[in-house]
Amino acid sequence: MDSAHRPVRFGVVVFPGSNCDADARHALTTFPNVEVDYLWHKEPDLRGSEAIVIPGGFSYGDYLRCGAIARFSPIMKSVVEFAESGGLVLGICNGFQILTEVGLLPGALLRNNGLKFVCRYVNLRVENADTAFTSAYDSGQLLRVIVKHNDGNYTVDQSTLQRMRDNGQILMRYVDASGARGEGANPNGAADDIAGVCNERGNVFGLMPHPENSVEAAVAGGADGRGIFQSMIEAVRVREATP
Amino acid sequence: MTRRATLTAALKLGLTEEEYAHICEIQDGEPTYVELAIYSLMWSEHCSYKHSRPVLGRFPTEGSRVLQGPGENAGIVDVGDGWAIAMKVESHNHPSAVEPFQGAATGVGGIVRDIFTMGARPCVNLNSLRFGELSAPRQRFLLDGVVGGIAHYGNCLGIPTVGGEIYFEPSYAGNCLVNAMCAGLIRGDHIVRAVASGVGNHVVLIGSKTGRDGIGGASVLASQEFDETLEEKRPSVQVGDPFTEKKLIEACLELLDRKLVVSMQDLGAAGLTSSSSEMASKGLVGLDIHADRVPLREADMEAWEIMISESQERMLAIVTDDELQEVLSVCERWDLDCTVIGEVTDSKMLRVYWHGERVADIPARRLADESPVIRTPSVKPGYIVDEPVEVAAVSYPEPAELGGVLLELLATPNVASKRWAYEQYDYIVQANTVQIPGSDAAVLRIKGGNRGIGFASDCNGRHCYLDPYRGGKAAVAEAARNLSCAGALPVAVTDCLNFGNPEKGEIYWQFEQAIEGIAEACEALETPVVSGNVSFYNESFGQAIYPTPVVVMLGVFDNVDRHVDCAFRDEDDAILLIGSGAAWVDGSEYQKMHYGRVEGRVPDVDLALERRLQDSLRRCIGEGLVKSAHDCAEGGLAVALAECCVAGGSPGGARYADPEAIARRGAHGRWPGAEIDLPEELTLVPGTGGRADVALFGEAPSRVVVSAALQDLPRLTEILEDLPHWQIGRVTGDTLRCTMRGKELLAVSVEELHAAYESLPDRLS
Repeated sequence: MDSAHRPVRFGVVVFPGSNCDADARHALTTFPNVEVDYLWHKEPDLRGSEAIVIPGGFSYGDYLRCGAIARFSPIMKSVVEFAESGGLVLGICNGFQILTEVGLLPGALLRNNGLKFVCRYVNLRVENADTAFTSAYDSGQLLRVIVKHNDGNYTVDQSTLQRMRDNGQILMRYVDASGARGEGANPNGAADDIAGVCNERGNVFGLMPHPENSVEAAVAGGADGRGIFQSMIEAVRVREATP
Repeated sequence: MTRRATLTAALKLGLTEEEYAHICEIQDGEPTYVELAIYSLMWSEHCSYKHSRPVLGRFPTEGSRVLQGPGENAGIVDVGDGWAIAMKVESHNHPSAVEPFQGAATGVGGIVRDIFTMGARPCVNLNSLRFGELSAPRQRFLLDGVVGGIAHYGNCLGIPTVGGEIYFEPSYAGNCLVNAMCAGLIRGDHIVRAVASGVGNHVVLIGSKTGRDGIGGASVLASQEFDETLEEKRPSVQVGDPFTEKKLIEACLELLDRKLVVSMQDLGAAGLTSSSSEMASKGLVGLDIHADRVPLREADMEAWEIMISESQERMLAIVTDDELQEVLSVCERWDLDCTVIGEVTDSKMLRVYWHGERVADIPARRLADESPVIRTPSVKPGYIVDEPVEVAAVSYPEPAELGGVLLELLATPNVASKRWAYEQYDYIVQANTVQIPGSDAAVLRIKGGNRGIGFASDCNGRHCYLDPYRGGKAAVAEAARNLSCAGALPVAVTDCLNFGNPEKGEIYWQFEQAIEGIAEACEALETPVVSGNVSFYNESFGQAIYPTPVVVMLGVFDNVDRHVDCAFRDEDDAILLIGSGAAWVDGSEYQKMHYGRVEGRVPDVDLALERRLQDSLRRCIGEGLVKSAHDCAEGGLAVALAECCVAGGSPGGARYADPEAIARRGAHGRWPGAEIDLPEELTLVPGTGGRADVALFGEAPSRVVVSAALQDLPRLTEILEDLPHWQIGRVTGDTLRCTMRGKELLAVSVEELHAAYESLPDRLS
């Protein structure tokens, strides 16, 4: 089959307490030729997934530190192996928290500086469009998406932060409607206004905002989040096509 | 030998002498302690509706869309294309007053269980809250805790909290109101009712272990005399575990979808007692419950405690022997306890066993359905007056500076934006939210087509206090109007009736009057009441709350893309006022804020006019002739206009959802303002002295502000026909300016309006 149009298989991880799993699945099904499987936390089988989404929610209730229990689940062992072999892994919100807990991404997510759950529109600036998660955007492009979390205050030590800046690992920052950084634009106090980062290899991406709620213009979330999924789909197809 | 309970024990449990005699008659002798405990709860006001039942029969409950009316866990309404909505609202006032965070959280948990019990996937949460004035630290504490609790529980479940209302009045200071509403989506032919059947089937308890939580709160059960072995009283507010509830939702919906259970019932007030007796009663069967098989948090619990515990996140299911293994394995997959605790019998008795000994044996039907009915003789309260206030009197001096009044009104907590609260709620999860909080109604789509649903929640307690009949009517009319303003056809109601002590004649009068008003409006607007909840005894130190019958209404869109919000959009669009022109100061926010009074008589809703207004409005929206529509509520016409302006350009307004609005504001470089020339006719209201301030800030039902493109006006006015309407101005500039006969009444920049409207957080620190 023409590799540019062949079906791409996504796996969406489901922990007890995940609550954006269905939204992630729904978002992916708005793209043609995408197949989506749920991956149950108790089973290590990735079911042939070519890209993996760890969705938002409150895995295991998050009564301990967010994501602290999920990192020990059988599925995460397989996800780590998948990532280490170069597979694409996207962690959204709780998924981002889990990816930092399991060590696939640097840093940690602290309690929001406002000390309350925050659900609101934010403007994101795409800082690096040269990745498997952002290639459908232009660098500097502004996205309007929604955050909703208690613990989105990204923190990381200074030397790692500098290295991430140098490597172009900071993929998205919170900005205002004009694209400028500033305190009012950052919903949670995240260091360096970071909304999303990838690992050094560029195949694992975690972000606090919810692109899966921004894939259709007909609903309140708008469609600015589509590019992330579009980029991943294309990256998987290109990888396949490359000899 | 099972101990018998005497009249003394019954009185201590809150039962009356007559009720005890009735129990002895049913039981053919003195009841056991366990039986008495069960009766005392099932015949409590909370479970039996003994004061309200005779009046609630007044509600219209039938209609072509009603698939399930009152009497089940939730009402169910056909919304088209085979889809139906299960909906119910319930109070959790007293627990929230004691412990706001957990009280509100468990209120959400309880109402959500009512919805998925019927097989519906919960898709919407709303809440209606009332507190005392925010100037008191205690009230800020309550608000913070309640909103935090709702957020904690609802967000964790992945159910969007898309709307609601918050009001502040001194009458709620000692008794806040926390009404939680949930709706769920279900295929109309997949409804599961809580009816036990199939002699020999298993009774299965799913979910959390049972503890002593909630026992002391339900009644006066925890009295030392009742059971001398009882240790100390436990904290009586239940603690919620939304994680377990989330797993319960998924497991139970799987069990129901796969038809692995015969029926299901959640454990709410009175726990195992009410769920088992109601299931048995409806099914005309008996249930044997082995209380000693219930998994416990505390090993030394006794049978009566187990039967009445209100531990959260528990469900009771009836399961055939064939499906039992599969049910156990589904629950195991979700790491949920699932225990066979009894069986269905043909005895029609609720029998409770404790290590083989029968400790209770009660006719299920008589327990569930034969509770006493009490109708308090009603007395019209002395404070009720028949005439509106005389605005011309010295006590109502005309303010000199109307712009300042407008800014003050926008900043009052009752009017100001509730962004501080709703930004703590996940309002977007499930990817169906079309209209986020902050407009007249919440709007959601149903995936797979153009169909959509809307919800609005309303009740003006001040109006209901001044005239409960008119206030009740107005609550229904306003909820429907808010839906019509979005473009949705109002179709059904769930209500939460919050009142004081029904044993008092004046409270009972308020109750009867409000019910009559609600019933008349529901009949006229063809919105039957499909479910609801009554909350009495909302008093502290003998002082009752304002009568607060909260009306939550469901609306339907055939094409949800046709919805509108309240935001003014484009330069030179015409602004019209449609419906009633008159406005009164009686019961208004203006009266309370500016004059420090709550008095007079609120205007009555003209239901025929209301109906015509809403029908015409929806037709205009359906034809795409209206760009915005907004109900005039608290603060009157001027506040409604200000809200339309603020929403039009605000990154916090109704159109915040729409990146275009932000872009447009950027392109214009300003907010959409408006120029309004007040028709003199609006001031010619008897008793108002022709004053412009009353026309601007006074309140009345059946008034809607719309904006429309000039070229659409001919068709618009053709549809409106002889429905009263006035073209009062146009969208222009960046200031809201109102004039009358060429004289400027007020002129305030929209930026200032916005700052005032968004000032609620200033009052919370």
